[in-house]
Parts: sequence; structure tokens; C-alpha cells
Amino acid sequence: MANTVQCDIVSAQENIFSGKVEMLTATASNGELGVMAGHAPMLTGLAPGPVNIKTEDGAEEVYFVSGGYLEVQPHHISILADTAQRAHDMDEAAAKQARDEAEREMANRSSEVDYSRAAARLAEAAAQLRTLEKLRRKKR
Amino acid sequence: MASGKEIRTQISSIQNTQKITSAMEMVAASKMRKAHDRMELTRPYARKIRDVIGYLAEADSDYRHPFMEARPANRVGYIVVSTDRGLCGGLNNNLFKQMLKDSRAWHEKGVPSDFCTIGQKGSVFLNSVGGNKVASQSQIGDRPSAEELIGTVKVMLDAYRDGTIDRLYLVFNRFVNTMTQEPQIEQLLPLQAEAEPEGKYRWDYIYEPDPRTLLDGLLIRYVESQVYQGVVENIACEQAARMIAMKSATDNAGDIIDDLKTEYNKARQANITQEISEIVSGAAAV
Repeated sequence: MANTVQCDIVSAQENIFSGKVEMLTATASNGELGVMAGHAPMLTGLAPGPVNIKTEDGAEEVYFVSGGYLEVQPHHISILADTAQRAHDMDEAAAKQARDEAEREMANRSSEVDYSRAAARLAEAAAQLRTLEKLRRKKR
Repeated sequence: MASGKEIRTQISSIQNTQKITSAMEMVAASKMRKAHDRMELTRPYARKIRDVIGYLAEADSDYRHPFMEARPANRVGYIVVSTDRGLCGGLNNNLFKQMLKDSRAWHEKGVPSDFCTIGQKGSVFLNSVGGNKVASQSQIGDRPSAEELIGTVKVMLDAYRDGTIDRLYLVFNRFVNTMTQEPQIEQLLPLQAEAEPEGKYRWDYIYEPDPRTLLDGLLIRYVESQVYQGVVENIACEQAARMIAMKSATDNAGDIIDDLKTEYNKARQANITQEISEIVSGAAAV
């Protein structure tokens, strides 16, 4: 029986794989890489590509990751997979969109929080809710 | 007293409202279950990445990332997660109240705030009370993907990196259970490292390619995953709060209908009594 190591592959939206593996191969940012039990602690980026794992009963499984990070500790391996391919300019475009939306809404509006007005508005809303609650209780 | 017909119309109109609110309650209940499941699915990633970041803080690295260094606060940033739609009770208002309290405390120390809103309600709220909104995103729907939030998070991370803001907080509702949602303010940046135990075995990762690029990417993923987790949790809260609000609306409609029915019967009874007494007195006169 070969040495096995706990391996977890997770993405932000779901748990992809969790179990004992004999060996894991993945495409790291510097090239193909294989990890077995007892590997030194390591942290590396992953390039888009397949992740092959050999589970403890000898079965081979393949998952595709579109990037992410591989963390190795002597007793466990974790892959933090991205859910989509990431590129700097794409991130930049998304940021610009968010910024634009805010700017459009901010046009001719003060950038200072009007605390008294805000408090008044919230108090009003809270009072409405309280009144409803009271009305309800009185009914009972 | 209103006539019988008027009361009848009123009853039927309230019954229609009741149908709508009870339908909304059921929709919210089923959406809440789904949102809750999704929340469970996103937990492993958030937990794993927090572990890795924890190890990183422990690891004896030569390189300190700016996200890990605390600096004096001159300006703070908030990422405010709110809902897109209303009719969910006091959920958003409680959250905003908490946020304003925090922001005001900074304000009194002479530290202004920047806001980044996710969700329509937060954006509308800031429009009405003012506040420097640097990024905003709405219409994220019931099942947001992690990629949709990249833009808003990046704006705030860039601001932190340039030194425009010195603290970054995430404001969202934590899902405790169906009845309870807790407004929460969490510090995202700088990372709060736990106190280092003395005389510990020192080690460091092998970094590939190099710590700088690696940490940069990883810490961004960390913040993104925390925000994503916050958004997913907030959606579960929204549905739970809506379910409760609609349930009480349906109950209220039922109470009003009962009252109106009593009133209607009274009116009808009065009418009959009056007619009888008219007939009787008419017969007596003959």
C-alpha cells in the first residue's frame, strides 16, 4: 500500500474533490508538476490545464482547472481553483465598469455623508416597522 | 357604517393581496433553501483559502505584502452588500444603520469613508444620504458567479494599494438561521494576523515562481472569496427575511379579512332587522 495524502480541490462555487490520493499531477505556472505524500511545503500558481489524481484505490481521475493555486503541506494538498480564466485586462475592464456605474450615479451629488439626514431616514424606516409590529401585537 | 357592497369589494381586494403575499412567501422559501445550499457549497473554498493565508502569516517569509501591513488610517473603505429588491423587512435598514454607526465613528476621528456598493438598495441609499461612492454594481441576481464581483473588488483593492484607503471593511448580513440575520462588519484589509507563538518551529513555503507574484494573486483571491461568501450569505438572508415579512403580511391580511367579515355580517344583520321591523310596523298600522 503506497503512502497517501489528503487532497482537496475546491473552487469558489463548489467542492470539486476531497479524498486520499497517491499522487497528483498538475500544470503549474512553471510547468508540469507531480506531488506525492511527504512533499515539502510549497505554494505555486496553476496554469489552465488538467489536474490528474491517482486515488488510493488506484483509480485515475482528471479535472480541468482554469487556473488557481496549489498549496502543499506534508499531510495535505489543496487546490484553490479559479472558476474562470483570469487576465489582467479583463479584470481591468470589469473594474472600469463598476467605477463608471458609481460615477454615473454620483454625478452632481455630494461625496460627504449627510449623517443627520441618513440617521433621520433610517429612524423613519425603523419607526414604520416598529409601528407595524405594535399594530400586529395589539390585534392579538 | 359602510354598506355591504363596499365591504365586499374591500374584502375581495385584500384577498387578492393575500394571494400575492402568500405566493411570494412560498417563492422566497424555496429560493432560501437553494441560496442556503449554495452558501454551504462556497464555504470549503473560503475556509481553505483562509487556512492557506493563515499558514502564510505563520511562515517565516522575507517578503511582506502590503495587504499584511497595518498603516495609520487616513481614509477607510466599505464594501456594502445589500439586496436588489425590497419587501424584505428591516434587513437592509439594519445593515445601513450598523454601517453608518461605524462610518460615523471614523468620521468623528476625522477619517472620511469611501463606499462601494453591491446591490441596488445600498446604491439608492447612498444616493439619498450622500457619501463617496467609488464603485457600484447591481442586478446580481439570485445566483451570482464569483467573476461578477471581480470589478467592484478590484476598485477597492486598487484604492488600498495606492494608499487612497487604509482599511477595507465588508458590510453584509450573516445568516444565523431563518429567523435571525445579523448585520456584520468584517475587516478585510489589512489582514489581521494572530499573535505569533514564541519559539515555534520556523518554516517557509517553496514559492514558485516567486513570493511576490504568488502572494499578490493569492491575496486578491482571498479578498474576492470573502466578498463572494458575503454576497452569497446576504442572498440567503434576503430570502429568509422576505419569507418572514411575507408570512406576517399574509397573516395580517387574514386578520383584516376576519375583521371585515364580522363587520359585513353585522351590516347585513342590521339591514335584515331593519326590514323586519319595517314590515312588522307596517302590518301593525294596517
